Amino acid sequence: MIKAILIFNNHGKPRLSKFYQPYSEDTQQQIIRETFHLVSKRDENVCNFLEGGLLIGGSDNKLIYRHYATLYFVFCVDSSESELGILDLIQRFPRSSCTWRKPGLNFHVSFPTGVTKVFVETLDKCFENVCELDLIFHVDKVHNILAEMVMGGMVLETNMNEIVTQIDAQNKLEKSEAGLAGAPARAVSAVKNMNLPEIPRNINIGDISIKVPNLPSFK
Amino acid sequence: MPAPIRLRELIRTIRTARTQAEEREMIQKECAAIRSSFREEDNTYRCRNVAKLLYMHMLGYPAHFGQLECLKLIASQKFTDKRIGYLGAMLLLDERQDVHLLMTNCIKNDLNHSTQYVQGLALCTLGCMGSSEMCRDLAGEVEKLLKTSNSYLRKKAALCAVHVIRKVPELMEMFLPATKNLLNEKNHGVLHTSVVLLTEMCERSPDMLAHFRKNEKLVPQLVRILKNLIMSGYSPEHDVSGISDPFLQVRILRLLRILGRNDDDSSEAMNDILAQVATNTETSKNVGNAILYETVLTIMDIKSESGLRVLAINILGRFLLNNDKNIRYVALTSLLKTVQTDHNAVQRHRSTIVDCLKDLDVSIKRRAMELSFALVNGNNIRGMMKELLYFLDSCEPEFKADCASGIFLAAEKYAPSKRWHIDTIMRVLTTAGSYVRDDAVPNLIQLITNSVEMHAYTVQRLYKAILGDYSQQPLVQVAAWCIGEYGDLLVSGQCEEEEPIQVTEDEVLDILESVLISNMSTSVTRGYALTAIMKLSTRFTCTVNRIKKVVSIYGSSIDVELQQRAVEYNALFKKYDHMRSALLERMPVMEKVTTNGPTEIVQTNGETEPAPLETKPPPSGPQPTSQANDLLDLLGGNDITPVIPTAPTSKPASAGGELLDLLGDINLTGAPAAAPAPASVPQISQPPFLLDGLSSQPLFNDIATGIPSITAYSKNGLKIEFTFERSNTNPSVTVITIQASNSTELDMTDFVFQAAVPKTFQLQLLSPSSSIVPAFNTGTITQVIKVLNPQKQQLRMRIKLTYNHKGSAMQDLAEVNNFPPQSWQ
Repeated sequence: MIKAILIFNNHGKPRLSKFYQPYSEDTQQQIIRETFHLVSKRDENVCNFLEGGLLIGGSDNKLIYRHYATLYFVFCVDSSESELGILDLIQRFPRSSCTWRKPGLNFHVSFPTGVTKVFVETLDKCFENVCELDLIFHVDKVHNILAEMVMGGMVLETNMNEIVTQIDAQNKLEKSEAGLAGAPARAVSAVKNMNLPEIPRNINIGDISIKVPNLPSFK
Repeated sequence: MPAPIRLRELIRTIRTARTQAEEREMIQKECAAIRSSFREEDNTYRCRNVAKLLYMHMLGYPAHFGQLECLKLIASQKFTDKRIGYLGAMLLLDERQDVHLLMTNCIKNDLNHSTQYVQGLALCTLGCMGSSEMCRDLAGEVEKLLKTSNSYLRKKAALCAVHVIRKVPELMEMFLPATKNLLNEKNHGVLHTSVVLLTEMCERSPDMLAHFRKNEKLVPQLVRILKNLIMSGYSPEHDVSGISDPFLQVRILRLLRILGRNDDDSSEAMNDILAQVATNTETSKNVGNAILYETVLTIMDIKSESGLRVLAINILGRFLLNNDKNIRYVALTSLLKTVQTDHNAVQRHRSTIVDCLKDLDVSIKRRAMELSFALVNGNNIRGMMKELLYFLDSCEPEFKADCASGIFLAAEKYAPSKRWHIDTIMRVLTTAGSYVRDDAVPNLIQLITNSVEMHAYTVQRLYKAILGDYSQQPLVQVAAWCIGEYGDLLVSGQCEEEEPIQVTEDEVLDILESVLISNMSTSVTRGYALTAIMKLSTRFTCTVNRIKKVVSIYGSSIDVELQQRAVEYNALFKKYDHMRSALLERMPVMEKVTTNGPTEIVQTNGETEPAPLETKPPPSGPQPTSQANDLLDLLGGNDITPVIPTAPTSKPASAGGELLDLLGDINLTGAPAAAPAPASVPQISQPPFLLDGLSSQPLFNDIATGIPSITAYSKNGLKIEFTFERSNTNPSVTVITIQASNSTELDMTDFVFQAAVPKTFQLQLLSPSSSIVPAFNTGTITQVIKVLNPQKQQLRMRIKLTYNHKGSAMQDLAEVNNFPPQSWQ
């Protein structure tokens, strides 16, 4: 079974952490740090498997990871999972999350074209060329995508189209609620934020791409 | 109160933080706002606040105060709220939380909700973090959803059922009826999760496994599905790199493995399809290899035909040549699993495996190393060891210990000759000496001792090896030991195997002395060196005085170990010189002892750490077990063990008086402040400690009876008798009853008996029966004394008597030291 799914960047900053076994908050953070140390010191040209750290359960567990530009995708699994299968699964994850254009974002993770794998691909599909910023700002959405792929540490669905369809349907459901029940609340906050641009996302995107070079200084 | 900021705004703010402290400050401020918003029971923004908390949680900040808010969100009517609420529950709650009770009801409602996505959320949450109580309560709902026609819910229910079974295995039977139609499903998601559920059930219960094999005919069903997957043309839905749903194929192959294990019929039924998968799968992409790998594992695990097994191992052999490191890694891992059963087939790929030792990747290297050791046998030992010694030389430090002990084991098992064996171990000690396990030194010593014809050769090699290099401690230890034992062979230079070297006695001693003073030497190494020097005193002829000097110098070493050893050896020179040559004889050939695990320990030598030489000379070996041999044993053991017995207890009895004396001596020097003998007891001529050490053990079962009474005092007509009793519960307490009688014609009045004992005892004097001792022995005074003697030392007592007799006051002092041994031992 899958024990944990972790995404962190080249500096070890967590971008997603999902544990399928109960660990205390402190232990979770320690596992993330330990895993980062194990994974980050490996060369690019070595294999994608290594024995798990002590905290997550020692050598009975394997860390299966892929490194894309600024992000590490790490699955910690026990012996009942196929190593090569998980490797495929990782690649299928990030490509299924929504469809909006983000002008000015020049921070793309470059995916090897022609390679089609589930996790990364699904995110890619949803975020349209996923990048670290997508994961940062939409961590809840990434969790929702993950919940359609992996459940209780077991693989639930590997068909990307199916995942995207279900996610879209649920997002639509949320939107319709916001349209009806959420109207008063939105009106209130719209008034309160009057002086702010109505869709902050579009406005601030420029800022983000400017601030990107500063990222590494902040670990 | 203003509306709380949005999640994205918060993230943006946090990202402007330049330092960790700044970030922490921002988060604390936001947390305070969130808390107050929670306190106000704000329903509109609860969802937003919890979402922010989840982000902080990911960054490692405490977010437990949001747990109850998650429950409130779950109870809300809105899907948006529920979505965040369930997500929060999965992230913030763990299985131990009490809030689970509250959640059970919400989940139950949501499992029966009219919207499939709400039901999906509830299933997902239950399947992730449901406690065993929750699982018990909700298993019925899950089972119901497992039978629904909605594939979105059905696949989730199947995985949820797996979680329920993991938590509460006895609920397994409940899902059995629902599994009947699962494999007829067209939807791949449902098929995939159903196979996971069936796998879980088969793995957990042998009864289920038998049921699915026999009654459900699971194997033909799976074979059919697998066949359809392979044969079906391109379907864009499930295609991954040109292969139809590899994930499902992998799962099915795994389940087949469990069904076919130890079952001839099932294995027979799947042979064909496995061969088909193994030959027809496209291997240019990772997914294809994933399926092949799974097929190989299944073939190896079930009772497959031999041709199929060879095919499987050849696939792995092909994997080893693959460019992709990941494929090479899994190939090595699975070859490692199969090497025991299909040794010859794996052996064919030996050269490829040995090549993997040179890989840059540590994961691959480690597996290649383990596999290489598994492949070593009598035929290829020389070649393989050459490769592995080369590997040992060049590998990372983390491999050295494992590699060294692997080489030791293999060399011991398959060594073609003793000389080769000794050479190999010495090679390991020189290249990776500081990484070898502790038992390497005694093992090598044993090996050397037992190959008598190699002694001259070995000692010469070792002598050369440590010339000027003391950095490899285990090597130095072995060398010191061998030089001590076979120093005469070294000096006489009668080595046939190699060009003999000319060494003088002084040169040998120079080496050992420089080991003693080198700051690279550990305490244990120094001990080896000192003992070696001592041993040389009987092997060398003209340097005995130099040896005496060295030994006496270390009599004042600050290292207690070394000091004690030196003092003992000094005593050997001075007092027992006539025994020296017998004591320092060459060690006898040792009997083979199991190399792993704790070995027998020679008596109770007070060893606290694994001694370098724990091998016990055979107690009933070829040599007669004479006193001298016993003595040799004891001291021979001491020679090499780093810990010296301070109070040998049981052994000496057989070794005669001289040994007792010797040990007495050791005791004197070892324990400087022996029990202070009270000045008032001059009669005790024997130093107490000699007996102390030896006589502390005897047990007294019948102490209440048979202790003779004594007359402690008899003077001027007053007679005092002591009778003894020992308590059974506390043997260190002696109860003495005194009886005073008077044989004169007048009574003794105001009789007072007082007693005193040395400080190591405690004494309690109970009140006397009377103060008048009647005349003519017509009556007695009795009084009880209790003596506590925890150290069981010899009992001594001083008594003081005062009484009036014939009108004058009498007073007398006396010493009692004729207590029977039974009263205090």
